[in-house]
Amino acid sequence: MFVPIAVYFIIFAYIPMAGIVMAFQSYTVKGGIFGSPWVGLDNFSYFFQSGKAWLVTRNTIIYNLAFLTCYTVFSILAAVVISEIRQKWFKKLSQTLMFLPYFISWVTVSAFVYNFLNYEYGIVNRIFASFHLEAIDIYSTTWYWYLILPFLYVWKWVGYGSVLYLAAIVGIDQEIYEAATIDGATKFQKITKITLPLLKPTMIILLLLGLGRIMRGEFDMFYQLIGNNGLLMDATDIIDTLAFRSLMGTADFGMASSVGFYQSVLTLIIILGANWMVRRYDKDQALF
Amino acid sequence: MITIDSNSVNPKLNSAPLFTAIAYTIVGLIALICVLPFIVLVSGAFSSESAILQEGYWFWPRDFSLEAFSYIFRYPADLLNGYKVSIIVTVVGTVLSLFISMMAAYVLSRKDLKHRNALSFFLFFTTLFNGGLAPYYIWISRNLDLTNTYAVLILAPMFNVMYILILRSFIRGSVPEPLLESAKIDGAGDFRIFLKIVLPLTKPALASIGVFTALAYWNDWWTAMMFTNKDHLIPLQYLLYKMLSSINLSAAMSQHVSNLDMPKETFKLAMTVIATGPIVLIFPFVQKYFVSGITIGAVKG
Repeated sequence: MFVPIAVYFIIFAYIPMAGIVMAFQSYTVKGGIFGSPWVGLDNFSYFFQSGKAWLVTRNTIIYNLAFLTCYTVFSILAAVVISEIRQKWFKKLSQTLMFLPYFISWVTVSAFVYNFLNYEYGIVNRIFASFHLEAIDIYSTTWYWYLILPFLYVWKWVGYGSVLYLAAIVGIDQEIYEAATIDGATKFQKITKITLPLLKPTMIILLLLGLGRIMRGEFDMFYQLIGNNGLLMDATDIIDTLAFRSLMGTADFGMASSVGFYQSVLTLIIILGANWMVRRYDKDQALF
Repeated sequence: MITIDSNSVNPKLNSAPLFTAIAYTIVGLIALICVLPFIVLVSGAFSSESAILQEGYWFWPRDFSLEAFSYIFRYPADLLNGYKVSIIVTVVGTVLSLFISMMAAYVLSRKDLKHRNALSFFLFFTTLFNGGLAPYYIWISRNLDLTNTYAVLILAPMFNVMYILILRSFIRGSVPEPLLESAKIDGAGDFRIFLKIVLPLTKPALASIGVFTALAYWNDWWTAMMFTNKDHLIPLQYLLYKMLSSINLSAAMSQHVSNLDMPKETFKLAMTVIATGPIVLIFPFVQKYFVSGITIGAVKG
């Protein structure tokens, strides 16, 4: 009964892994993956000398760290305030609305973003205009995207994250709160002295697991929102988009495969590191 | 903090009206931010093109108009085909993926299986390391020759290893081992046990993971972009992407839509509404499966 999945993973995951040798070859259609001439490290020296390597590595790390931080902070904030809501219908309705963005594809999100940020018709600029402020051209100004992308990431995932943390909050023993109430603790004290410390284990595990994904950018998000917008490239190019463009745009197989190799190796190192840290923190939560 | 006279503790202190107000405000605000874009999208789709061009998008329809929708429904061929492809891929893909994932999870959950940790790692390793995009693309399109087939749309996004591991822990937690043993003594084969005992007992997990898988298929545009170039194989999300990203809509729509006076801005929005609508409409009904899926996974992946 394990055979179907084993066959699938051998064909769709393990054989392409062997294709990693492409990074050391000059790929030709005739030779295919296993018959193209070897070129040693030429692809890598090209990749590193193009000046792209540092840029995309930096962007990938910056964005993913920002995503992880904002996502954690806002998920916890949302979970804590939701847990304080007593009115059932309000709780249900707001949670449903928060979960909504998780359901839609990044394609649809890119349509939303266009509605808001478009230079001529966008809502943001319309609101600016009503305050007699100058319109801003977001699609050609890089620094805005350092704020917009984490915002959108949180927007899409906050419903999901808040459920995770809410589950942890619900699991906290009610007697602790009752005892605190008898001692005269205020709501704020209960949150900072009871809820948050007890959420710490969940938070640390999720953060460490998130660290493992740090080299894999949200390709969907970046590609749908930025696409091939050259004006924004320096601020928004990540490893995944570079690999994609080298492959599909310029059909530069050498570049694409060396970028892919670089990413896989970095990911592996970081995941092993993160797992090592999880292991030290709580052995049961370790992945392997 | 410690007061000798317990009566001096104001009972109102713990009802904390200010705090409650803040909590309601924050929750309401986050929820509002999450839903606002949907409102703007729908408003735009029901506005007239000229109002958008002059006044931009807004939170409610300006100069209410069905122009864009009537335009889409004049030549619905591409849209209907997109729906057809998406539905076929989602239904077939989800059923296959769930069934095979479940079989694997059942095997991995059996304590009497030797090397089960090695088998888990065989699956798990693929999430740690991969050959990268280029070998994957060339292998699938040139060597396996799967370009422009339904097979590639179904196979490429088929499995999520985390889901298999979640199913495995769920089986461990909800199928009692004596039950399996007694079935074995009664002469049931492994596959029969799987169909008659394991599947029925794990319905909640199947529903959750099934909804997650279906959503992943429905929202997948990447596979189609990489591996298809035939109009009849374009799923809904990729069709939408092509329409949103092309300045000239006629390049994206196959042949009918080449009219120059068509409402371009509102057309895109109306298209987004139609493509996203079904998901938003069924969302409240399947949300509970998502929530239980997340919490099943949160217990231990």
